[in-house]
Amino acid sequence: MKPVRFDYFAPSSTEEALDTLAELGYNGKVLAGGQSLIAAMNFRMARPAALVDLNNIPELAYIKPTADGGLAIGTMTRVSQVEKNPEVAKRYPLLAEVSKFIAHPQIRARGTFGGAIAHADPAGQLPSIAVVMNMELVILGKGRERRVLAPDLIVGPFMTVIEPDEMLAQVVLSPLPPKTGSKYIQVSRQKGGYAQAAVSSVVTLDDKGNCKNVRLVFMAVGEVPILSQKAAEILVGNPPSVEAYKEVAEAAMDEIDPATDLHGTADYRRNLVRVLTVRCLDEAFERAKRGG
Amino acid sequence: MSKLFPVTVTVNGQKYSREVEARMLLSDFLRHELGLMGTHVGCEHGICGACTIIFDGEAVRSCLMFAVQANGHNIRTVESLGTPDNLHPLQESFTEKHALQCGFCTPGFLMTLTPFLEQNPRPTEEQVREAIDGNICRCTGYEKIIEATLDASKKMSSGK
Repeated sequence: MKPVRFDYFAPSSTEEALDTLAELGYNGKVLAGGQSLIAAMNFRMARPAALVDLNNIPELAYIKPTADGGLAIGTMTRVSQVEKNPEVAKRYPLLAEVSKFIAHPQIRARGTFGGAIAHADPAGQLPSIAVVMNMELVILGKGRERRVLAPDLIVGPFMTVIEPDEMLAQVVLSPLPPKTGSKYIQVSRQKGGYAQAAVSSVVTLDDKGNCKNVRLVFMAVGEVPILSQKAAEILVGNPPSVEAYKEVAEAAMDEIDPATDLHGTADYRRNLVRVLTVRCLDEAFERAKRGG
Repeated sequence: MSKLFPVTVTVNGQKYSREVEARMLLSDFLRHELGLMGTHVGCEHGICGACTIIFDGEAVRSCLMFAVQANGHNIRTVESLGTPDNLHPLQESFTEKHALQCGFCTPGFLMTLTPFLEQNPRPTEEQVREAIDGNICRCTGYEKIIEATLDASKKMSSGK
């Protein structure tokens, strides 16, 4: 239950961090909040040769408005800071809603917003929320920057397109259109425990009350957060109804790929997705009708 | 011999300087380097909450931090609360309301609840339940802990 030996770097600026990552290459690993990584290192499941600790770089922690009315969140912003930020709660109620489900208060006080996304745990709430909200990730390497949308970020369990010499620096949230509603719903054995399945949704209505846009994501029922293709096919252009939600839930059975493990069987998880999808869409559309 | 890193940290108002391996967990540092055995180590992967300490004013897991990361920071452990003759109101309420049996989880609960009560002097029962959802107790069934916390909040906010 103790980590293997590793080398440790604590840069004090983003530039220095990128230099260090470039030098270390495949030997380096970014340490953000450490609430997943250090646990994995304690078990010796993770054995990075060197850690590049971002905790001494204050410039990476912030929540600031963007020119188009969205928000930019620095990668080292603690989950608890996002959870308690009034601007976040006002503009993106989904983030405030989901925060309570992320582990425990002590973990949220230390765990970071960007770190949780970059960790890409298939059972992690924030990667799935990043996908459902189509967040934009600003990834930095030495002397270079690129932007990736969340659905293109995660390529497998705990795997992203972020290269060893790169780091996630900023998460950009675009403003939500009017008449947009959202919902996160999960089932877990105990509060703060791993979700056996979770569903999240962001929906927008048009002036006639028909579905204009829908994003629906299934979590912990596949190797990555799964963005439903069928939801848009079935719902867009039509008036939202429970019958339609049920159709989406049935179609979801071909989109998800749950596994059996000690947290639940694959069949049970399928059933959860069937039930949670209807509840999630129902609440998201109700919220959209009320104006978000 | 592996590389050592200097750490200077303020714990319970006292400054300590040591040299540590990067892989030394903060929980082990407090117990084995500083001799502060009040911080208990349970699961070492962030589940049980026994090792909770107050780091720069926030309750965090000391098993999910490296000692080297505490350099320049301020820590409070359970030793910062009362003494046997002069218990902190939270400790007093825990004793009076039978909020502990074996006591293994207690330091973690106290370190979770201390900043919580500082930030929420008169919490509701629901808020207390949320505050302790990251601490496991296998003896009490939690009800007594919630009762004790609400009792302490009354004592503390009435200035007793």
